[in-house]
Amino acid sequence: MVETNTDQFLNIKNVSTAFKINGQYYDAVSNVNLEVKHDEILAIVGESGCGKSTLATTIMGLHDPEETKISGEIDFEGTDLLKLDEKGYNKVRGAKIGMIFQDPLSALNPLKRIEDQIQEVMVYHTKMTEKERHARVIELLNQVGIEDPDRTAHQFPHQLSGGMRQRIIIAIAIACKPDLIIADEPTTALDVTIQAQILDVLRDIQRENHAGIILITHDLGVVAETADRVAVMYAGQIVEQGTASQIFNEPKHPYTRSLLRSMPQRDNESDDLYVIQGMVPSLQKMPKQGDRFAPRIPWIPASAHETEPKMHDIGDNHLVRCTCYKDFYFPDQVKEGAGHESN
Amino acid sequence: MWKTILRRVLIMIPELIILSILVFLLAKAMPGDPFTGSINPRADPAQIHHLMEIHGLYDPWYQQYWNWVVHLFHGDLGMSYEYQEPVVDLIQQRGANTLWLALFTMVLTYGIGLPLGMYAAHHEGKLQDTLVRVYTYVTMSIPFFVVLVIGIWIFGYALNWFPTSGSVSAQASGLGGTMLSRLDHIILPGLLGALFGTVNIVQYLRSEVIDAKHSDYVRTARSKGVPMKDIYRHHIFRNSLLPIAAFAGYSITGLLGGSIFTEMVFSYPGMGLLFLNAINFRDYTVITALVLLYGFLNLLGTLLSDIVLSIVDPRVRVE
Repeated sequence: MVETNTDQFLNIKNVSTAFKINGQYYDAVSNVNLEVKHDEILAIVGESGCGKSTLATTIMGLHDPEETKISGEIDFEGTDLLKLDEKGYNKVRGAKIGMIFQDPLSALNPLKRIEDQIQEVMVYHTKMTEKERHARVIELLNQVGIEDPDRTAHQFPHQLSGGMRQRIIIAIAIACKPDLIIADEPTTALDVTIQAQILDVLRDIQRENHAGIILITHDLGVVAETADRVAVMYAGQIVEQGTASQIFNEPKHPYTRSLLRSMPQRDNESDDLYVIQGMVPSLQKMPKQGDRFAPRIPWIPASAHETEPKMHDIGDNHLVRCTCYKDFYFPDQVKEGAGHESN
Repeated sequence: MWKTILRRVLIMIPELIILSILVFLLAKAMPGDPFTGSINPRADPAQIHHLMEIHGLYDPWYQQYWNWVVHLFHGDLGMSYEYQEPVVDLIQQRGANTLWLALFTMVLTYGIGLPLGMYAAHHEGKLQDTLVRVYTYVTMSIPFFVVLVIGIWIFGYALNWFPTSGSVSAQASGLGGTMLSRLDHIILPGLLGALFGTVNIVQYLRSEVIDAKHSDYVRTARSKGVPMKDIYRHHIFRNSLLPIAAFAGYSITGLLGGSIFTEMVFSYPGMGLLFLNAINFRDYTVITALVLLYGFLNLLGTLLSDIVLSIVDPRVRVE
């Protein structure tokens, strides 16, 4: 534990984010515990609506305090982010935490030149002169793989392709060499060849800056390619957490296993893809207790689930929520060790 | 950006030519001729025929059109039958009156509308916002001329704060006195006009600012650590002004055309009233000249809007 304390610079403890809907608060993220270390890419995966992006914007402090209720603790380099006021947060955002957004087409101001948009973050966090900032802009554009930085710096967003715009957004996020980069679906809006390039850029930057990266995605292919550790989220909760090889080679939680099975693979090309029944419950219809994934695997008896599912360490920091993973099987597969569950 | 403007000006030339041909042909299509009844009710038809011939009125239309255009370029739009004055002089006097009123109304409209729209958007969903919205809805749902009539009745007749007709008082003397009297005459119509003009601006700006507030690029700016008040200054305000900038050109020229309602209720001798009277008296030369002028102002308005837009929005510039 002594060793990890110096490593973990982001420690999310028991964080819940609730949105106000018709005067009542509903958890979009509930009791999440996560750590991120330097030089590490932590992937958060899950279906749309499972709370991944809400967790990201909670860390960034981008929620309207009148519409949301956030509890818990986000320990970032010794300060609890959730206790910061707007002014304090503005010193962290952009400087120590950079964020890359999902849609590069709308995330840039259409009326401002690329140069100004990148410089803006430096204006607020550094004492650089205009000339130094310009030099840094060119350096950044080179770093994110823009071919003609001088030209691009002078252009407007609409003159750039989606891939180039995403590079600009990455340049903005890393301009002040933040310790933590949150990338919220950075490749979703891009085509596959560009996706690979963007992921390369992210990895290079991480190596150079020793930053920790939280990579939020629903694309398991991206996760397999880049992540060191993976947290699987379902309905606002983390259901499984471990190293990338633990998650991909020995997935335990039914949700993780279902996700992996619904991914197209080279060796099961002929088979139909697995489809997870049902949908992620909406915030208002979230089950108050029991395993939140249980309704989507109805063939598993209720007795297999815990009433208050907890995270269990099954060795080597591989965490799984609920004990139902022990009894889980896919309906089309013969139940392993039949007769194990006699009643 | 100069390229964009140059291109727009060049496009205007064929537009103007087509407009003038249409206006000319429409005027030609009007029934009657300029001489019957204007010389002597019992004039000999043969004499009228002769006059028509001298004035080239039996020439083919394109030749007549050409003559008309040549006169136009010499600043000759003909004589008004009703006022027995050159049309150009008439438009100059009335135009000046309308210009003062239009400028005053514009300044008030934007001076009130922009801050009010920002204010409402800033307090989105709160009491302040609701009050502003109630104001816009109430104003929008009352017909303009009703507001004018009620306005002139209360502030003009009942309270006697403002003059109720004309553009300048006959007793006014000296440059300063005349200016003051002019101002006195435009305050009430200007205010009432602005009351209406602001509604559009407030609603546009309010919804644009609210959209911008929740936009992705504002979220990006927040994630850079930019304080909200700077985000308003550098990102939200300018982006929200786009539709208003696009609208500004039209509204300026619209006002220059003169508001028929305002000028009629206030008996304000401007372009709108001139046009209305010209129609009532079948004052054809005046009508033709004014229609041409309005058409030209409209083209000018779109040009202005395009220029303003190309200054604010890089996306419409031709590189």
